[in-house]
Amino acid sequence: MSAITTLVVGIISAALVNNVVLSRFLGLCPFLGVSRKTSTAVGMGGAVIAVITVSSCITYFINVYILGETYAYLRTIVFILIIAGLVQCVEIIMKKTMPALYKSLGVYLPLITTNCSVLGVAIDSAQNSYNFAETMIYSVGTAIGFLIAIVIMSGIRERIEDNDVPEAFQGMPIVLVTAGLMAIAFVGFSGTM
Amino acid sequence: MKTALERLYNGIIKENPTLVLMLGMCPTLAVTTSAMNGLSMGLSTCFVLMLSNLIISLLRKFIPDSVRMPAYIVVIASFVTIVELLMQAYVRSLYASLGLYIPLIVVNCIIMGRAESYASKNPPVASFFDGLGMGLGFTLALTIIGAIRELLGAGTLFGFNIMPDSYEPVSIMIMAPGAFFVLAVLTALQNKLGAPSATNKKSSESCAGNCAGCGAACAFRTEAKEGGDGK
Repeated sequence: MSAITTLVVGIISAALVNNVVLSRFLGLCPFLGVSRKTSTAVGMGGAVIAVITVSSCITYFINVYILGETYAYLRTIVFILIIAGLVQCVEIIMKKTMPALYKSLGVYLPLITTNCSVLGVAIDSAQNSYNFAETMIYSVGTAIGFLIAIVIMSGIRERIEDNDVPEAFQGMPIVLVTAGLMAIAFVGFSGTM
Repeated sequence: MKTALERLYNGIIKENPTLVLMLGMCPTLAVTTSAMNGLSMGLSTCFVLMLSNLIISLLRKFIPDSVRMPAYIVVIASFVTIVELLMQAYVRSLYASLGLYIPLIVVNCIIMGRAESYASKNPPVASFFDGLGMGLGFTLALTIIGAIRELLGAGTLFGFNIMPDSYEPVSIMIMAPGAFFVLAVLTALQNKLGAPSATNKKSSESCAGNCAGCGAACAFRTEAKEGGDGK
């Protein structure tokens, strides 16, 4: 029972209280760039969940069994190369074995290498020396948080399209204002206002 | 000499990476809780950008085209590690407040973007000054955003009390939402005044397009521009 409680609390805290985009500012580029339509936003969110889960699993084992404390300073270099290679592998495998899924997610995969939430989660769990279960809960929760934020954002942006926005605020400024208002709502989850 | 000055002007004013190109948004919004944090994040990025541009430009004839992205990543990540270790050794308090965002300089689109679009095609000295210009432009933007947030949110500037005692700090400005609002108002002002910006052109090739291009490039692909259709 207590294991399930830890799981639920961990995921909620990573997804809502410390939302990756709105309170920690990771992965802002896709959040602002690929949130114009809900369908693409869901695709991007799904791809991020897949890549974060696999990459944090691999980087955990590399960090514990190969790098250890001795080579901790190599983390940044090794992790980014693993993530870049992994994204490429996922793309190739998906193209061969799951053409349907590749068709819907394929275009987002290359963008994920520069999504700083992937590298951020890997480095953060290594620095906090989480164990394997904690690493997985933290990374899945973070990825779900990204999905939630980007889907809400795209829903709001589809509405904004029909509204009369002041000329100076058209384009990026109104999107940033929206993100700011969403961030206020998410601050509420941590209850520190 | 002329090229050097032209590169500096281009980086700081004409193609300012944050305010005009809208690249590297994560550190821009995350660490600018005070002017000092913004300044030091800007200078760290500037250091990495200068030296990685220089090295990549020196190696541009030796790196085979098909593996250039991993090669760039290794060069950039090495300089980031150097910055990280230096900060850990000499300015611990700063390292603690910037934290996770120091290793994340690696995935800053500006650095990969300059390596790919400038340093890989131009001689070392020009590339060095290109990096310096872009880095200073980034530093300037981060310091401005940091100063505004610190002034409104804490009533201080670089740690000195500026506002009168009767001023009640608007603490939301140094929290996450404040970052979005300050940047929104700055870009809206740019639009209003007709200054060049990513959002000004109707076919907005803002962060979306550029990050897409650079993300695609990072994933070891030769057809780097193809990823741009993500938006």
